[in-house]
Amino acid sequence: MLATDTDILAAAESWRRDGRDVAVATVIETWGSAPRPVGSHLVIDGAGNFLGSVSGGCVEGEVITEGLDVIADGRPRILEFGVADETAWRAGLSCGGRIRVFLERVA
Amino acid sequence: MRIETLAALNAERAARRAAILVTDVASGEQRLVREAEIDADPLAETLRTHLASGRSGLVEAGGRDLFLTVQVPPVRLVVIGAVHISQALAPMAAGLDLAVTVIDPRTAFATPERFPGIELVSLWPDEAFAGPVPPLDRYCAVAALTHDPKIDDPALRSALRAGCFYVGALGSRKTHARRLDRLTEAGFGQAETGRIRAPIGLDIGAATPPEIAVAILAEIVAARRRTGAGA
Repeated sequence: MLATDTDILAAAESWRRDGRDVAVATVIETWGSAPRPVGSHLVIDGAGNFLGSVSGGCVEGEVITEGLDVIADGRPRILEFGVADETAWRAGLSCGGRIRVFLERVA
Repeated sequence: MRIETLAALNAERAARRAAILVTDVASGEQRLVREAEIDADPLAETLRTHLASGRSGLVEAGGRDLFLTVQVPPVRLVVIGAVHISQALAPMAAGLDLAVTVIDPRTAFATPERFPGIELVSLWPDEAFAGPVPPLDRYCAVAALTHDPKIDDPALRSALRAGCFYVGALGSRKTHARRLDRLTEAGFGQAETGRIRAPIGLDIGAATPPEIAVAILAEIVAARRRTGAGA
């Protein structure tokens, strides 16, 4: 079974209760043919383990790296990926869509 | 996000109640608005719209960008009757991510061979809802397909009382007229009995069991998306 967004938030809670550092990423906006709908979640722990998906694999690596920074400094942030920016060139949304992702730490 | 907020959101989901998490994406500030709290909320109208569509999304309010994480309970489909149409309906419904339960007290019909991988309950509907099947709620669709009032009627009564977003019953207009008489005698008003879709399914001229299943599922999808019931 694929993890649903509901399983992912349940995992975020249980990971945190187990004492792990946790960040949650949420797709807040999409343009064009973005692979994952608004509201999709990815949960990341301090060791870089993750569950869920915000882009079907295209930019997960970048989101996880940023997630570790959010865990470290606790400041929420918004990431943007798309064909037009530098990051996309690196991480790349091959579908040509654009997405904005909100990242926050679970405290 | 505070762990308390996350836990409250998860608790609402576990209890099959809708909730919306409102996040100020610039500051990270958040509040959880439970279904029962929406009317008293300053963003009531916006929240209601999002709840109806079931869609999360970004909105602007008072010069702030707010992200609404909309959480609505997963939709369940309870099929009354382990009949031929149900054999086509159950796997198709599972493909639409509906959690399917088939209830039929007749053990000859309700066999795992006929319904591989589908949750089957071989009890009368009232026994099923008092026992192994979670109580019906407004995020449930009920399709009564046995043609037998002894089995269909109790399920329809439960479905109407629970306010299920979709209640459909198989049978001709004549059969349905008799059914309405029985339900009226049982104390249901016209507003309630009028919610039963019968003959069941969108009118697409369906002839075979799989086609009837498509007609029923299309009707369920329309009811769900237009009333905003369920995820």
